[in-house]
Formats: sequence, structure tokens, C-alpha cells
Amino acid sequence: MVMLLGKKIGMTRIYDESGKITPVTVIQAGPCTVMQLKTDKSDGYSAIQLGYGDVKRSGVNKPASGHADKAKTSPRKFVREMRLDNSNQTQYKAGDEISVSAFSNVKFVDVSGTSKGKGFSGVMKRHGFGGFPASHGTERKHRAPGSISSYASDAGHGGHPKKGKKMAGRMGGVRVTTKNHRLVSIDEQKSLLIVKGAVAGPSGGYVEIRSSKTEG
Amino acid sequence: MKTEILDSVESKSLKKKVPYFEIGDTVDVHCKIQEGNKTRVQVFTGTVIARKGRGMSETFTVRRVVADEGVERIFPLHSPNVLDVRPVRSGKARRAKLYYLRKRSGKGVKLSQRHSEHTVIK
Repeated sequence: MVMLLGKKIGMTRIYDESGKITPVTVIQAGPCTVMQLKTDKSDGYSAIQLGYGDVKRSGVNKPASGHADKAKTSPRKFVREMRLDNSNQTQYKAGDEISVSAFSNVKFVDVSGTSKGKGFSGVMKRHGFGGFPASHGTERKHRAPGSISSYASDAGHGGHPKKGKKMAGRMGGVRVTTKNHRLVSIDEQKSLLIVKGAVAGPSGGYVEIRSSKTEG
Repeated sequence: MKTEILDSVESKSLKKKVPYFEIGDTVDVHCKIQEGNKTRVQVFTGTVIARKGRGMSETFTVRRVVADEGVERIFPLHSPNVLDVRPVRSGKARRAKLYYLRKRSGKGVKLSQRHSEHTVIK
């Protein structure tokens, strides 16, 4: 598996020779620095810690600054881990740079980002409920969730809604992974990955890009 | 900076020469059509009533009336299937979207010509 951290730039479209349109997302990925190696021995699992995006030294606290010093690099804005098999670890060492060229043999990628926050949303928007008719006597209930429980729903103990009942509430602003984006092209000079389809989060949001476990 | 990167990605596949036409013009749109394994060029003639979007996503809408029935086609400006857009008659339009033409019929659809002549290809 290969992984990079990056920033979503935005969406556009590309045409192939037959004029077919492919919607694509442009991601500026890497170069990422290996901040730390985690091993079975010292941490109980093996992984490498990647860092992306510069941040001023005055903007981070001493632990973060010292952590970067250990890898002989500057502090990074966005830091995430990539799990590894034990056998793969020897190819990385702290301070290494990983660029988009690592994806040159990859056809499909998974992308994780933080989705746009939608605030406190009703059930129609949040869970796709159908709501109620616009007319035919419906009053003040057009977007209501309907019945959430009955007296019998907790047999013998009076009624309670079931745990996990889909209701209105905070929506968005959570980690969302979209899988199997076709990797359309790579621009090594500008460190860009162009993937098919939409990726979670706003333009300018930080994302993780991993090669897909399943092909296509 | 974000838009700069997006523009640089798009600039590779944008058409180098974008045909010049204005809203209200009557144009011939030459588009490539695949029929089985043969391709041929079809010409769609009508009035440009709208231009939307920017960059790669820019489209224009062409309206014509065939047998008292309005037909509108939306073409992506940068699609390789849109080979050429040739203005055949200028039309004077005072707004960017000529959706009001949809409510008109007969002589009412005709726009008066602009006096200044076209600079045909930029």
C-alpha cells in the first residue's frame, strides 16, 4: 500500500477523444515527510508517520517542534499514520520524502477527508426520509420524521425510542472515505493527483490518499 | 492559489482557438456524431440564448424552432465533439440570457441585427 497526504484543490472535468466527460477532483498530494517510524517493538504495531504542509515554528508547541527535530525536518500541519507490514518497514527511514511518483503504478485510490459540516439537519436531509405530502390536508408536518416509537416498543416498560433511531441532529464534519476512485493522471512536477469523482470536504481541505485494496 | 492550480490543469485541454460568437447570434454548430463505427459531422443551426460556466465546464445553449416546436441543445464549448461554431447572422440582444424567446413564436423569435459587423474569429 502507498499513502500520501494532500489538499483538495477542486473539481473540474476532462474530455476523452470521443468527447466523453469525466468529472475529476484535483488533489495536491505531497511531498510528504516521514516523521517517525513505529515498530512492533517500541509501539506494538508498525507504521510510518507522514507529515504534510508547512507550519511556522512559532505556530506549534515545543513537543510538536521537538518531534519534527527528531526526523530532522520542520513541523508539519497535517500528520497521519500509514500502517505497514513488518517486512516493508526497512524501506523507509525518518526524514524521507515521499512524492506522487509513489503512485505511478496505482490505478485506483481511496480518499479520506472531513466532510463539509451541515449543522443541525432534519431527517429528510440527514437520513433521506421521505417526509409528508405537501398538500391533501398535511399541516405543520411536511418534513417531520413520523412516529419514533410506541407504547409497545419496549415491551412492558412503557415506550422508548430504540437506540440508534435515526433522528435530526448534527450532520457532516465527520471523516468520510470514498473508495475506488480511478486515478486519471499524475502531474509529478506540480505534485498533483487527478482522480475520478468527488472527494469529501471543501476545496482546500486536507485529505489522505491510499491505494485501493480492491482493484476497481 | 487553488484556482491557479485548477486553471493550469484545465489549460492543457482547453481549446486553443475558441470560436467567437455572441448571445443572440444565429450560429452553425458543427458537431461530430458517431453512428456505429462511422463518424460524420452534423450541423445544428439556431440562436445562441445562453452561455454558462467557466473554463472546461463552459457550455452554450442553441435554440431553434422546428415545425412549430422549440428545440434546444446545450453544447460543451470545449468538447472535442464540437468542431466549430460559425456565426451566420448577428442578433441584437440586451441581456445575457434570452430565455424570453421560449415564450415567443413566429416572427417574435427573430432578433434584429447588430449594426457593427462581426470580428469573426478572435
